[in-house]
Amino acid sequence: MVTSEPAVFAYDLLRWIPLVPLLGSVVNLFAGRALGRKNAAVLGCTAVGASFAIALYVFFQLPAPGIFRDTIYTWIESGSFNVNLSLHVDALAAVMLLIVTGIGFLIHVYSLGYMGHDEGIVRFFVYLNLFIFFMVVLVMADNLLVLFIGWEGVGLCSYLLIGFWYHDHANTIAGNKAFIVNRVGDFGFVLGMLLLVTELGRQGIWTLDFSELQNHVRLLSPAAIGLITLLLFVGATGKSAQLPLFVWLPDAMAGPTPVSALIHAATMVTAGVYMTARLHYLFALAPTTMSTIAWVGAATAFFAATIALTQNDIKKVLAYSTVSQLGYMFLAIGIGAFSAAIFHVFTHAFFKACLFLGAGSVIHALDGEQDMRRMGGLKAHMPTTYWTYLLATLAIAGLPFTAGFFSKDLILWQAFDQGELALWGIGLITAGLTAFYMFRQLLMIFHGERSAQQHARSHPHESPAVMTLPLIILAAGSIFAGWLGAPEYLWGSRWNQFLQSVFGVEEHHGSVITEIMVTLLTLAVVAAGIYCAYVKYARAAAGIGQEPASLLYRLSLNKYYIDELYDLFIVRPFTACARFFARFVDPSVIDGAVNGIAASVRGFSWVWRGLQTGNVQHYLAGFLLGTLALLAYYIGEL
Amino acid sequence: MRTVPLNYYLILSAIVFSIGVIGVLVRRNLIVVLMSIELMLNAVNLTFIAFSRYLGSIEGQIAVFFVMAVAAAEAVIGLAIVISVFRHHQSLDPQEMQLLKW
Repeated sequence: MVTSEPAVFAYDLLRWIPLVPLLGSVVNLFAGRALGRKNAAVLGCTAVGASFAIALYVFFQLPAPGIFRDTIYTWIESGSFNVNLSLHVDALAAVMLLIVTGIGFLIHVYSLGYMGHDEGIVRFFVYLNLFIFFMVVLVMADNLLVLFIGWEGVGLCSYLLIGFWYHDHANTIAGNKAFIVNRVGDFGFVLGMLLLVTELGRQGIWTLDFSELQNHVRLLSPAAIGLITLLLFVGATGKSAQLPLFVWLPDAMAGPTPVSALIHAATMVTAGVYMTARLHYLFALAPTTMSTIAWVGAATAFFAATIALTQNDIKKVLAYSTVSQLGYMFLAIGIGAFSAAIFHVFTHAFFKACLFLGAGSVIHALDGEQDMRRMGGLKAHMPTTYWTYLLATLAIAGLPFTAGFFSKDLILWQAFDQGELALWGIGLITAGLTAFYMFRQLLMIFHGERSAQQHARSHPHESPAVMTLPLIILAAGSIFAGWLGAPEYLWGSRWNQFLQSVFGVEEHHGSVITEIMVTLLTLAVVAAGIYCAYVKYARAAAGIGQEPASLLYRLSLNKYYIDELYDLFIVRPFTACARFFARFVDPSVIDGAVNGIAASVRGFSWVWRGLQTGNVQHYLAGFLLGTLALLAYYIGEL
Repeated sequence: MRTVPLNYYLILSAIVFSIGVIGVLVRRNLIVVLMSIELMLNAVNLTFIAFSRYLGSIEGQIAVFFVMAVAAAEAVIGLAIVISVFRHHQSLDPQEMQLLKW
């Protein structure tokens, strides 16, 4: 995997891609109320739209193996250690940039409709624009430290938006959970970064620049690389919701649905994948870490899919599905198929955003109802939402010639091709599970009958055009986005070609026949999943759902009691410990030390202040005595 | 005619200075305290003059003029303070002026 040194061009336009959303955010923050809700929201959309336009322009300007760089200023200069605040765009960053700003723009537009009646719409767009700013900084970062700014910034925005409806205490709790779990991962990230700097510094190279790192990465010892990559991967598991740190993502669904679509499905949670792909030269040198990543990814994909099978909350299903799909991406990273991983990020962004926005449309139509058992028969009432949802479901299930088909198949084929049959098997089963739970959801929401009781409660209606238009575009993307990365036996992949300048040329061994056979096997498993869902849920009227109360079913429904386990083994001992310290250690030891010092000072001063009578003649007597003593001393000297 | 020896001047000066010091330390009237300070300054002046005469040098006399000018200024400011203190306290006893102690 040897890449020729790509040409670097300075390009001042790059800074405007993050700056425009930042400006939108700042203007709305200070003048949003004065502008009025409608104008503020439109301003937010325009800012992201402009950012997307610039990104698109930059994308078309980008020469094939070239890099655009925009150095804004030198941030840290300490001896030979130099960090610039600089942005860059290469093939990988360009792709991510288009996903972030493009999907981000669609979701902004959708939010115009979805959040239109909300009191806090100005605040919403301030946060959303700020998120786009940080995400763009993360993607365009030219060195690890700038990436970390974006990394923490998106975490902050995620926290703010999960707890957006802060009047409900549960939402704030969910926001805190996301923030705290991410801290655990970020701690690993920081440690990995520091270790990388010091280890390279020991070799005389003080840098965090990606290009410099790539040039000097071979100076590191294998043990050091193993530890660094493992720590960085801990950061990725936090941000991208992998085992064991995935628990925050399902709870993050407490935020408004456009947020779930943008942050917790399409963009932010893929930051971990992006970071590992960005440092692919580092990870590629650490075989142990790579296999760890692959196994964590596969385990997460399977584990989350089994939970998604039984969830009844429309957004929870999608949340676990996101965790599962992220698992696929890490599986691809782990087997070295970086290009395939980013491809899955790309296609997943379309169909998952479409699914979330569709779910939002349904929730909007039913006045906030999220329980799928109380839905059903919505197909007739909301045709646009139904058809877009169907297309996205087909895509995530991986039916032929949809986006998910190409990307998921690519990952499975690469796993098979490299002889990782166990990983491939897990991925294959997960594909079947995915098809099952997605069609279960589709059937529960849109098919079946609506009972008269439900009719009386709410009158579902199709969402306005400002919401359905993004849905239609995303649904089209769910089909056509995958066509960029078709396998060789169809019309070949433009995707891999484009990313070759970053990841180098990937090798393939297997024959076309095997590849087609593997694909057909996947399709068979997927078809089986769909068939099971159809048999079980197609005719059952929603809301009845006599589920078997088997042990496995209850395990899945209760998410394997992971939250309870964490609560028991981590949260409770932690809070008990904190309570102990608060009740005993803090008052006696900490406060005791502080108060003791104060008391002893007061005692001394009580002794000495007797001298200060306030009578000026006493002071003068002291002055005289001192003078006489000095005089006696000097006379004695003589 | 025998001249008065230097020691006599110095001893007289020391006696006057000591009287001034004791006056500053023990008297209970601010005006007397100020007068005692004048006494100390003039004792020093006497020493200057004596040495100036003894050494046949003019510097001592120059210093005395400075001391007198400063003493005049000090008396002006000191008396002004004394007057305002008296208006405030209806008293000139320095022992009653202890407001700034702890």
